Amino acid sequence: MALLEVEDLTVNFYTEEGVVTAADEVSYRVERGEKFGIVGESGAGKSVTSMSLMRLIEDPGRIESGEIRFKGEDILEMSETEVRELRGNEIAMIFQDAQTALNPVFTVGEQISEAIRHNLGYDDDKARERTIRLLDEVGIPEAEARYSDYPHEFSGGMQQRAVIAMALSCDPDLLIADEPTTALDVTIEAKILDQIEELAEEFDTAIQLITHDLGVIAKVCDRVMVMYAGKPVEKAAAEELFYDPKHPYTVGLMSSIPRIGDTRDRLQTIPGTMPDLVDVPTGCSFHPRCPYAEAACTRKEPKPVDPDTGMDATGTDADRAAACLAYTGDLAGELDYTVEVQGEDPRLQLGDHRE
Amino acid sequence: MGLRRFVLKRVLLTVPILFGVSVITFVLVNVAPGDPVDVIVAFNPDIGPAEKAQMREYYGLDQPVWAQYLRWVGNLLQGDLGEAITRNRSVNAIFMSRLPETIVLGLFGWAFAIIIAIPTGIYAAVRKDEMGDHVSRIIALSGISIPNFWLGLMLILFGALTFNLWPVLPPRKPLLHPDTLWFLLLPGITIGTASASTMMRIMRSSMAEEINKEYVTAARAKGLPERTVILKHVLRNSLISVTTVAAFLTAGIVSGSVVVEVVFSWPGLGREFVQALNARETNLILAITLFTGVALVIANLLADIVYALLDPRIRYG
Amino acid sequence: MSTQRGRIQISGFDTERVTEREPLSAWSEASRGTTQSRWQRAWGRFRRNRVAMIGIWTVAFMVVVTVFARPVTVAGVTIQPISLAPYDPSTILYLDPAADAGRFDPPSLTNPMGTDANGRDLLSRVMVGGRASISIGFVVVFITASFGLVYGAIAGYYGGWVDEIMMRFVDTVFAFPALVLALVIVAILGGGYWQLVAAFAFPGWATYARLIRGEILSVKQNQYVTAARALGARDRSIIFKHVVPNAVAPLIVQASLSIGTVVIGVAALGFLGLGFPPGTPEWGTMLDQTRQTLIQGPGGSIPWWATVFPGGAIFLFVMAMNMIGDGVNDALDAQQVGEAPQGGGE
Repeated sequence: MALLEVEDLTVNFYTEEGVVTAADEVSYRVERGEKFGIVGESGAGKSVTSMSLMRLIEDPGRIESGEIRFKGEDILEMSETEVRELRGNEIAMIFQDAQTALNPVFTVGEQISEAIRHNLGYDDDKARERTIRLLDEVGIPEAEARYSDYPHEFSGGMQQRAVIAMALSCDPDLLIADEPTTALDVTIEAKILDQIEELAEEFDTAIQLITHDLGVIAKVCDRVMVMYAGKPVEKAAAEELFYDPKHPYTVGLMSSIPRIGDTRDRLQTIPGTMPDLVDVPTGCSFHPRCPYAEAACTRKEPKPVDPDTGMDATGTDADRAAACLAYTGDLAGELDYTVEVQGEDPRLQLGDHRE
Repeated sequence: MGLRRFVLKRVLLTVPILFGVSVITFVLVNVAPGDPVDVIVAFNPDIGPAEKAQMREYYGLDQPVWAQYLRWVGNLLQGDLGEAITRNRSVNAIFMSRLPETIVLGLFGWAFAIIIAIPTGIYAAVRKDEMGDHVSRIIALSGISIPNFWLGLMLILFGALTFNLWPVLPPRKPLLHPDTLWFLLLPGITIGTASASTMMRIMRSSMAEEINKEYVTAARAKGLPERTVILKHVLRNSLISVTTVAAFLTAGIVSGSVVVEVVFSWPGLGREFVQALNARETNLILAITLFTGVALVIANLLADIVYALLDPRIRYG
Repeated sequence: MSTQRGRIQISGFDTERVTEREPLSAWSEASRGTTQSRWQRAWGRFRRNRVAMIGIWTVAFMVVVTVFARPVTVAGVTIQPISLAPYDPSTILYLDPAADAGRFDPPSLTNPMGTDANGRDLLSRVMVGGRASISIGFVVVFITASFGLVYGAIAGYYGGWVDEIMMRFVDTVFAFPALVLALVIVAILGGGYWQLVAAFAFPGWATYARLIRGEILSVKQNQYVTAARALGARDRSIIFKHVVPNAVAPLIVQASLSIGTVVIGVAALGFLGLGFPPGTPEWGTMLDQTRQTLIQGPGGSIPWWATVFPGGAIFLFVMAMNMIGDGVNDALDAQQVGEAPQGGGE
């Protein structure tokens, strides 16, 4: 049994402009100790998917259907008290923007130790001790003195570390990291990512990493799911995704990464922008931006299938899936892109941990 | 910068405002045609022009306005508010005998406002767009719209005349007598209703705004119970913005006391003020007007300090 | 310890195929909804606000009743001849043998709101009684908003020592409760219509000035103002063409909420006996007379109608006005519910 199994999760937002399906039949699983990545542009439904895991979707959003099984139990069926016991304790979250995730009027230390006191039942002194140890562990110098600092007295990088310490404070089994490094500059980004990895390994924590940056995925993740306009469009092991991408959107994302030593004249970006979810194109929602799109793509919505066999791959167990008509024989043309591998890439280095 | 220096700086900043307050008050009151001497003469037709001039000289009323102002400020700084000419009593004596009555009434109104506003504001924000929120919104709107003098009259009409819970005219008791609390109830509610309603609305909107912030989601994600999330994390932040308007509400309490004291025959500064206005008792008008200005300036100062204490991001700059 | 990994190079993802082909479907990025202007959207939202619409109709009804209650004569010329009120508001009915009415008559068919201490018809007095308060409310808000707008715009736009001096003065005006200043001014100038306008206009403009200055300061940072300046536009034209229209939304909100405050203030002055001569049919002044009877007890029965109806009229009007103000505030508020989630919520 996997640690987390998400099956056909659908989340709607009831806005003034109409119903928005922010997550549309999303299925995936995360194994114990695994590092699972979700990648896509802003608004692709990555964060909504993650917030659903903690049942923290708020008005006007609603989890419409699906199952989220954590250690075999459906989170969506739990009582409010049961979910609260999971939050912070077994599933914890690293927020995108540490500055807004920290309450400005309480000290950083208090914000971490309140979680420890509440979830682990520690008394004030023991919680404080544990907090200081955690702060030290995530690399905050003079942790004891910084315990009673307010968030605004921390630098951006330190705030992010504090948020990581907060997420790890109660030894969760699953850590959701929502764009944990987007707000930081590149040098700190690398350090923080290393740290998340190290700590996760040390505590044997599974990570669900959400990002729009394929580089981050390459560095950290074992398996990846690519999302577009609320739907999963491709699932693969990280290496496979990079060396053998199957969905045109993934291909587009990869060809738009700038690389040192690039010989192309200009960067190829995917034309257009992701559609507003109030008004999603018919058929395949990627068709207006896809170079391989045909008339069929505007009519038929592709389902995730195994790209080699064309068999259905919608379920949680599917490791390899791509939602493109090219793999179900509905496309007249073919996806005529090629992936070449030349020399060593300083940017896109896949992590060592799979060896 | 330490808190002490911050307070000192704020106090110094109020000096020019207090100066402006005194100038505006003095100019306003003294551009009026006629002075107390005219009032006295009106009641005493025997007084001839020569005696009038003598009286004016005695009270310094023959001097140019700026000289009168300097003299007044000079006396003021020595704690002398002058004489209530028509009453033949010093303004200081009148002022000091009325001040405690007004302060007690005002504080009671304040307490009423806070006790009502904070919990209902929290309730409305948590129940945003539900039935309870709509109902409390209508009640708050009514509380702002109801003229306080009419509210007072209605409370007398029902509380005292219809149900006989209170005597129409409360017996005079010393201010610290336990019975005073009972008689404070109606005027206190009257004076506090508008402030309670305004404060409740501000509480609701600032709370509703804070609830949408990410630190609240983060607090929930830590597994804290909703009660802790609201009453610890959200409340502390929304109280900061409520503090900024608290000073502004003081103005409502001060002007409310003028009207309410008249309605309930409460022997405070407000009622004294209305009498002084009718009698053109310049020195008394000056003293009370100045007092309202000073009271607001002090309220603002206190709000600034409380704000700084509540919000660690303010570095007492 | 990284193993030999290659640089991944994609070829064949030819984006020109997308940009050069005919669109495959009717869908396009801009196909959705016509973009309404901010004011159109605000108006639409306001129209849908039931509470605010009740407020509008109530205010309209009360204004119409007040205007048509008795003929309006300006400088000897009657410009409004209709008379809805059953009696002249100052006719003392018990002196008129034809009218069967006395002092403090309870509500009846002939006098639906009863009569007052002098045996005058309360309904007629309540109908006429809003003229002063309501019109002063609108006049004061118009004057104070216009003056405050100009004052705040000048202070905010020029900044520096001009701003410093102008805003110190605003601070000083703010240091007084508005009603206290109004009382002092009325005590000096005496009661009456324009005296009351002056009494409430003097402290009232400061709010607008402060508000507009704040808005100007934030709008000033915007690029288009810098751009207009770079193009050599004159200061005054910059303020009125570019900055003011953007700062005007909060001004409207404030104005709509202020009318009620001024109406209560005018009535309060009337109640304290400082606004109008005793006997004037004005809501607040009418209550001034009942205050005495209420507290001293009129011997036996209580003439509740003399208190309930005039005060109720003030309450009703101010409540309706505040309902409108709330609606305007909601309609013009930039941050609205339901706008936020674009799916991911990132």
